[in-house]
This record gives sequence, structure tokens and C-alpha cells, in this order.
Amino acid sequence: MSGPAYPRVVPAGDRAVSVEFGGAIDPAANDGAVALARSLGRRPINGVTETVVSYRSLLVMYEPERVSQWRLRRMLARRAGERREASAGMPNYLYEIPVRYGGEYGVDLADVAAHHHIAETDVVRLHAAPAYRVFMLGFMPGFPYLGGLEDTIATPRLDTPRAMIPAGSVGIGGSQTGVYPLDSPGGWRLIGRTPVRLFDAAREPAVLLRAGDGVRFVPVDDGEYARISEAVNAGAYETVRRAWEDGAV
Amino acid sequence: MNGIEIILPGPLTTVQDMGRHGYLGEGFCPSGVMDVTAARIASALAGNREGDGGGIPAVLEMTMQGVTCAFLAETVFALAGADMPMKLNDDEISPYTAHRARAGDTLEIGYAPSGCRGYLAFLGGVDVPLVLGSRSTHVKCGIGGFEGRRLKRGDIVPLFTDARRENPRTAVAVGRPAARPSPAVIRVADGPQADMFSRESLRKFTAAEYAVSAQSDRMGVRLDGEPLKPEGGADIVSDGIPMGAVQVSNAGQPMILLADRQTVGGYAKPFVVIEADLPLLAQARPGDMLRFARVSARQARIAALDAMAEIGRTLRRIDEMYTGKMRFAGFTISR
Repeated sequence: MSGPAYPRVVPAGDRAVSVEFGGAIDPAANDGAVALARSLGRRPINGVTETVVSYRSLLVMYEPERVSQWRLRRMLARRAGERREASAGMPNYLYEIPVRYGGEYGVDLADVAAHHHIAETDVVRLHAAPAYRVFMLGFMPGFPYLGGLEDTIATPRLDTPRAMIPAGSVGIGGSQTGVYPLDSPGGWRLIGRTPVRLFDAAREPAVLLRAGDGVRFVPVDDGEYARISEAVNAGAYETVRRAWEDGAV
Repeated sequence: MNGIEIILPGPLTTVQDMGRHGYLGEGFCPSGVMDVTAARIASALAGNREGDGGGIPAVLEMTMQGVTCAFLAETVFALAGADMPMKLNDDEISPYTAHRARAGDTLEIGYAPSGCRGYLAFLGGVDVPLVLGSRSTHVKCGIGGFEGRRLKRGDIVPLFTDARRENPRTAVAVGRPAARPSPAVIRVADGPQADMFSRESLRKFTAAEYAVSAQSDRMGVRLDGEPLKPEGGADIVSDGIPMGAVQVSNAGQPMILLADRQTVGGYAKPFVVIEADLPLLAQARPGDMLRFARVSARQARIAALDAMAEIGRTLRRIDEMYTGKMRFAGFTISR
């Protein structure tokens, strides 16, 4: 049986359509969604109000009083098939996120190490090695769904989620890893914490990462954590970043 | 200062406006009033004009049970939405009507025997900080509204002072909407995963009646009734969730995702409630019965245009009462 041909545009109710670039979690499909979102930002289609990038598709919200779904689907199919303009005028960035691993900051680091029969330092080394890809944001404001976790440290979630996890906590949940932007309940295994704020309502932009960006975790010690924390609180911390061309995981 | 003091907050009273739009892609649900129609009418009745984008000053959204509050200054207010009884200093007063309160007056809004959400609007609106362009509260994330949370006893909720509060004209009222039918019929259009379900199971969904579960909230309405199961499991690669999406879990229980939903999720979405019927859904309370009717995108668009025209007529009529172009022949509650 042959699957659907991508990209394809499917209805998502009467005020949204979904442009699908593939059927699986795939950097190339994600690239397609990011590129279309940026293309719509640069050359808007009348009636389109906002978009949501996900692993392999782009949700496009529109106002039916300004454009019919039939017409929008045709325009989006054409736009999605266009050759991408180089980096779409907005480069992706690779962000360096400082993390204090273990101890009171990462209360589950020892359990993760024990689960895989490796040393805590190995977990840290394996977690801090890759450049992770931000496939999408969701679950809560500014929460990045990161791709690229080493299989060797993938660890099941806690059986019982914690009622409160502090903002900045870095965790592993199954084959995913991520950072909690806000204090919230959660079931991921906590291996460290960053003083960097992924979400800060007082900052412009309020959300640090965008879909298509990369993240590398950089281990820091207590002194460095305290120093960065102070700078963040004073509004004087600039997260280290550089242009990131390949975007691959 | 101009404001109200909360004496009894009700189970879930929050500050909301039309929502925080433009940040879905960064993981922000829009929040905002659940019953847009009732909130817009309450706001207009309180003397507010809408912005170009259809924006309204922030109102209080009350769930099942209203607030009791004291006014700290003179203002104009109105109530719309769920059928909550209301007393100003022990005198019964009507919803869907503009009222004037003076400093020291006490307003008591009671329990709604039907409907789910009442909207209390004030001339000028609730004065809380804008967060990313909106005053709406997202309680789960503690963002926006009054300190990011539901109101509680003793809160002093500031109101904007509007010069027009000196205007003596409060003889402004519109008819209350007709009683909600039971079961309410909610129209749905195809969602992004409609093709994961058999024709037969989709037909069963629109033939069945569902009860609104007690586990329903601003995030979503859970439905008890005929399970809706996709052919090969409900898990999908997570994608974006539009307002009103009907999502089904592997157990087959449908849930309609609303203003405080997550913006992405990994369950199949066979249908999406059409925009025009979201206000009706927002007034469904636990135990209410619902039916679903499948419509095409074209039919949904016609329904949306009809709904827009209707609310437009209502708002114009209220505006004409305020500007005196139309003399309202009904009752007046001005003091």
C-alpha cells in the first residue's frame, strides 16, 4: 500500500488546515514546516493569522470570512511545493544552555545512571555531547521538544509525576529530553537545571528558542551556575549562540 | 481607586479578554473568554466599544457560581451568559442589561441553574497588566490576568476609569437568549486525522448522544458515551491542535480541546467543532447532553458568516441605544 504523497494539505476544522510534510518525526519534514511558516511570515496569505510548527507538519490558522478553505488549500499546496529560499531570511541558531548536572539540581541523575549501569559522569557526557534540534514548542509556553537524545540514556518517565518541578529543570522522559520553562508538575527524570530562562514574559522575545534552532547543553559547576543566575536576574545575561547551518540531528 | 473587592469569589472566576493570539507556535494556548458571544454582549452593554480586531476590555468569567463583590467607585456593569441570578444591594436585577453601581454597593451573583459561564463586564474593563498583548488568565501556567490565578476572597480588582461613567443613560438592555436545547447540537467539520477512522465509527459518533463529563474545564470538555476508536490506535506524531479539536485517546473517550488546551498533542483528531458553535459548547455544564452533526467546510463558513452578522446586529443595536439613535422601549434598571 502506498502512503499519501507529501506535502499534502488536510482540513483541521473550519479555521485551520494542516500542511503535512511527512508521516514521521523527521528533520527534513520539520524543515519543510519551518520554511513554510517563515515564508508565510515574509509573504503573508490574506486571511492567515498564525501557524504552529510541529514534528512533520504546519498548522495554519485562518479567518474563513477572509479566505475560503478551498482557496487556502490550493495556495498552501503551491507555496509548500516551492523551492525554499536560502535560510528564509532567518538563520537558525545553536544555543549553548549552561546546566548544573546532578545533586539538588538533578535529583534523578543517580537513578538514570543506575538504570543504564553507567557512571553519572557518563550520563552527563552523553547528554551534553549532541546538538539537539528544536522540532517544536508546546506542552507549555516555550517548552522545546528536542530531538537527538542518545538511546543509551533514554529512560522511562517516573511512575508518579511530581507535583512541582522548578523552572529550568532539565529532564529525560523516554527518548526525549527537554527543559521546563515554568514551574509545573511533570514526570520526567530530572538530571540538572539551567539558570537560563526559556520563557520570560518581560523579555522580547519572551520565548528564547524557535522551531528549527539547535541546543547544546554545557555542564557548569556551582560557581558558574551562581554567576550566570545572578546575571540572568539582573537582566544582563546573553545566552551564547551562533548561526547553525546544517540543522541536522 | 476604581475597582471591586471580592467578597465571595465563586469556584473559578478569572480575568479574561479575547485571548492571547499570535503565540500558538511558541506554545501559548490563547486562553480568553470561552463564550465569546456572551462576553462581547456583556462588554457592549457595559458601554464599551470594540477595537478594530474585535477586542474587548477584560471581563470576569465566572463558572457555575458568580461572585459577590463590593464596588469601590461608581461604574456601569452588565452580566451575560449562564443564567446566574443577580442582586444589587438585595434588589434583584436583570442580566443582559446595563446597571449603574455606586461606591459601597454590593453585587451578589448566584448559582446558575443552567448554562456554565457568566460574564461580568465593566465600563472601561478590568485593569490588569497586558502579558503578550492580552489580559487573559492562564491559570495552569500562572500567566496573565490577576496575578496569574483565579480570584479569591479579599482581592481588590482594579478597573479602568472611563469618563463615560458619568453618562446617566443606562436604559440599555437586549433580550435574553432563548433557552438552550437539550441535547444541544454541536456542528463539527473534519479534522486532520478524519481518515484514520472508518466511515462507520464516524457515523456512530454523530448518531450518539454524549454527556459532558465532570472532568471538563477550560482546557477541554470530556465526553461520556459511545467510544470513538480509530482503526489502528489513536497515537499520532504530535501536531498542532486547533481550538475545538475533538481528540480521542486509545480508550476512545472523546475530548474537545478549548481555550486553555495544549498547543500540540499526540492523539488523533477526527473532528473540530466549528467556530460558530463554540459559544454553545462553552455553556455546556457537567451532565448536559450533546449531539454532533458533521458539516462541510463550506457549510461551516456560512454558519460563521451568519453568526458574525448576528452578533454584529446585536452590538449595533446596543450601540444605538447608547448613542440615543434608538429609543429602547423595554425596562430600565438605572437607579
